[in-house]
Amino acid sequence: MPGILVYALHYEGAINKNSLGAVSEAARLAGELGTEAHAIVMGGDDLTDDLCASLGRYGAAKVLRAKGPEGLAQPVVDAMAKAVADGGYDYALFGGGLLGFEIGAGLAARLGAGVTMEVTAVNVDGGRLVAERPIHGDSSISSSRYKGFGIIIGRLNAFETQEAGSGAATVEDLDVELSEWSTRATMVKRGEQRGVDVDIEGADLLVAGGRGLGKAEGFEMLEQLAGTLGGAVAATRAVVDAGWFPYAAQIGQTGKTVAPKLYLAAGISGAIQHKVGMQSSENIVAINKDANAPIFEYSDLGIVGDLNKIVPKLNDAIKVKKGG
Amino acid sequence: MKICVLVKEVPDAAVEKRIDPSTGRMDRSGERNLNPYDTHAIEAAMQIKEGGAVEVDEIVAVTMGPASAVRALHKAVSLGADRSVHLSDDALAGSDVAATGYALAQTLERESPDLVLLGQQSDDGECYTIGAVLADHLRMPSLTQVIKMDVVEGKLTCERQAEYGYDTVEIRTPAVISVGDAINEPRYPSLKAIMGAKKKPLEALGAGDVGVDISKVGAEGSQVDCGTFKAPPAKQAGTIIEDEDTIETVGKIVAWLDERKLI
Ligand SMILES: Cc1cc2nc3c(=O)[nH]c(=O)nc-3n(C[C@H](O)[C@H](O)[C@H](O)COP(=O)(O)OP(=O)(O)OC[C@H]3O[C@@H](n4cnc5c(N)ncnc54)[C@H](O)[C@@H]3O)c2cc1C
Ligand SMILES: Nc1ncnc2c1ncn2[C@@H]1O[C@H](COP(=O)(O)O)[C@@H](O)[C@H]1O
Repeated sequence: MPGILVYALHYEGAINKNSLGAVSEAARLAGELGTEAHAIVMGGDDLTDDLCASLGRYGAAKVLRAKGPEGLAQPVVDAMAKAVADGGYDYALFGGGLLGFEIGAGLAARLGAGVTMEVTAVNVDGGRLVAERPIHGDSSISSSRYKGFGIIIGRLNAFETQEAGSGAATVEDLDVELSEWSTRATMVKRGEQRGVDVDIEGADLLVAGGRGLGKAEGFEMLEQLAGTLGGAVAATRAVVDAGWFPYAAQIGQTGKTVAPKLYLAAGISGAIQHKVGMQSSENIVAINKDANAPIFEYSDLGIVGDLNKIVPKLNDAIKVKKGG
Repeated sequence: MKICVLVKEVPDAAVEKRIDPSTGRMDRSGERNLNPYDTHAIEAAMQIKEGGAVEVDEIVAVTMGPASAVRALHKAVSLGADRSVHLSDDALAGSDVAATGYALAQTLERESPDLVLLGQQSDDGECYTIGAVLADHLRMPSLTQVIKMDVVEGKLTCERQAEYGYDTVEIRTPAVISVGDAINEPRYPSLKAIMGAKKKPLEALGAGDVGVDISKVGAEGSQVDCGTFKAPPAKQAGTIIEDEDTIETVGKIVAWLDERKLI
């Protein structure tokens, strides 16, 4: 009796890390429910038997492989709706990520199902899944129970990747007929990198900048501070989308996840989608002129003030300290 | 081309947050305003209209919400919408994301738009998903988080950041697009537009007017039951320094960093 269907995203022949986390989580939950976790993938020839079967290592009993475009949500909704109609699943689970949100929501509409997003934990209670979601700026956690089919969309990095599976999964091809509207979107270019390639993942100390810098040139100040500290510079999506800083340095939901010894955030509001990429940092310091900025709710040291005044003086003071 | 823009009334983020001591939850009462993310969707509609690449016949602001939500519609009209539609019904109270999307889709069905625009997220709901729900009901292609959109007759070329970098996607209309906040810098309404907003047509509709099946909406009709709440694990509150004397402030930061062997 199959129970949980997980969507696994892939790119250039590798399965997304958050998807592997979702497969691991589904396998754990299916074990408790006494059912199975299956994964579904969509793409072209790069979805080899080996790649699909490798999901068995994370606990997928079976992998459904559908042919279709990559990186678009609605064709996957078609495929998952078909799989649910054929297979009698009770739940669909997604790792954190943009596509998971789009597919999960589309599937909820298609199936008339319940959906919860930004889920940080899933438990079994009375033979049913209960999903926990932090709400209101993470000030409270609500529990979702589903009246019928349940769709759970995880928060980025919420589910741990675990190689607890028994080996290769069976791979089955799923024939899907795409709905007319799904075929009206076509991917022209995918995964374009904007800006230079910088490596921030190895850095112990990160100085991150957001829209509060006011302009692209504001990053010069952060480069200097990072240089003095011996770290690297990171950014929010708002400034990356604005073209102020390269995409490779973006932290958060659609960027990188980091956990440095120090994360110093300047002019960053601390939106959930940013938080998910840096909340495991050992020490979080924030400089923001708005005492109400959400980032202060999870900083170890918060400075309420103007970064233009503070950052240059901080740089000087650290130089002096290091010199002496 | 006819464009519908979805707007929502949300608690004003500029108003100081307060935790209600009796429930331990954020108190969200008080000032309400147009969801700031939606102003980007209205601006995107205006830029298409003014851009001249396609003929825009009409921009219609649509909301679902209680009586007070008309203010969000007035604001949307002052920013450029030609008229607005307000879906309001006691039966809709307590609807979850899927039910809200369904009710809005029913409302939009009557308008037959060529393009539906949304904000990337509602400041209070933080679901980022209404667009995808709507699109499935409306049988339209859809994309969220769009930060660049070129429009020609019948076709949109959209750019957005997804998990592996920037994607460029071509979409044949009609379509549902949620725009990211980097897509534009919304204009401010003129005083004249603010004054005139209440004179523009505003259609008030109930669930029955748009053929909403009541059994599918409201708390009863929603498929998710999120009845129980708990407090998140207690986190040690951080130290806060108000910067008054910057030399003193940086001295404290350096000492703090030094104590933790970070410099
Ligand atoms: C699906 C989805 C995915 C997303 N993915 C990401 C992601 O991967 N990464 C990400 O970062 N965001 C992401 N976002 C966007 C996120 O919601 C926020 O919009 C974004 O993080 C805000 O960036 P910011 O903090 O730079 O800008 P803002 O929110 O505009 O904050 C700027 C801050 O600077 C402060 N400030 C202004 N001037 C000064 C000054 N002189 N001195 C000190 N402080 C000052 C302000 O008080 C404000 O708090 C995503 C959103 C969605 C919906
Ligand atoms: N009740 C509503 N009425 C009209 N539009 C809405 C409503 N709720 C959400 N939206 C739209 O959907 C977008 C995303 O909201 P959400 O999915 O709640 O984060 C918002 O920016 C609005 O454009």
